Amino acid sequence: MTQPVKLIEVKEGILEDDGKVAASLRADLQTRETFLLNLMASPGAGKTSLVLHTIKTLRNKLEICVVEADIDSTVDAEAVANEGISAVQLRTGGFCHVDAAMMREGIAAFGDKKCDMIILENVGNLVCPAEFDTGAHKNVMILSIPEGDDKPLKYPLMFSICDAVLINKMDYIGLSDFDMEKLTERIHRLNPNAEIFRISCRTGEGIDAWSEWLFREVCNFRNSKL
Amino acid sequence: MHELPVIDKILQVALKHARKNNISRILSIHLEIGELSDLEESWLQRYFDRVSSGTPAAGAALNVTRIPVSARCSCGNTFGITLNNTTHTCCPSCGSSSWQLVAGKGYFVKSMEGL
Repeated sequence: MTQPVKLIEVKEGILEDDGKVAASLRADLQTRETFLLNLMASPGAGKTSLVLHTIKTLRNKLEICVVEADIDSTVDAEAVANEGISAVQLRTGGFCHVDAAMMREGIAAFGDKKCDMIILENVGNLVCPAEFDTGAHKNVMILSIPEGDDKPLKYPLMFSICDAVLINKMDYIGLSDFDMEKLTERIHRLNPNAEIFRISCRTGEGIDAWSEWLFREVCNFRNSKL
Repeated sequence: MHELPVIDKILQVALKHARKNNISRILSIHLEIGELSDLEESWLQRYFDRVSSGTPAAGAALNVTRIPVSARCSCGNTFGITLNNTTHTCCPSCGSSSWQLVAGKGYFVKSMEGL
């Protein structure tokens, strides 16, 4: 006798567990009054340079710690530690992204250290990090001028989940056919509320405006707790 | 690379429901995947075949329905967004930009068939 085929209604999102881990991490960080920033970009867009600039601008106002995530190596954490900032290197061991469970481990390495803001420098990649909630309170990304203005068309998910997009290497714009107006339109097509900052980590252009925005977000985060 | 963690989770969800429902062999799994996901169906199936080998889900066919991207405006209107449109999108009802994406991201296991 042939067995009848059973139809099972599953109705389960497959990233739901990750979502729960991320929500619980976000809540724990809220209790500790620690703001978590998830910084994403392609390799070479300027993530580490931006982290160093941000530390320089905000270290007098905020206690900052950094989690550096890379598939391998510890060079980024060393660069940050050289500035006298607590840094943890997360080696993802081939994984292309960081999720909230990895982040929880990374943060545990800081122990009881009081920290107003943790910056997560995610793995250099515009695809995978967009899929996984790290538990961050704000997600931001860097797009650099040499990458071109068409990237929001190629990586729509990444551009759709970021609260702010930083356009780095503005000092190169005269040497390229990068169309800022088109880029802005393409970003706002999927994410009308995204803040856009034009910066250059080489000349320092726009770093103050970015840091002011970030500081305001940290203050809003603290006030939202009360 | 994120195909593997995603596919492993699809497999774990399917195996969990197979155990609950006394299914010894999963024949097919119906997935809903947002259009913003860049996972290609043929690759999903190939990875799934590899990951599910030796489990009750070995040989199961993945059937994927793509969920279109849609947004809800602060005026209450819900509207679809075409991914290949390259210009700025405004709410077709009130013209504003104060909307948020409500569908088109993520992965959902809808149902499965088994013996």
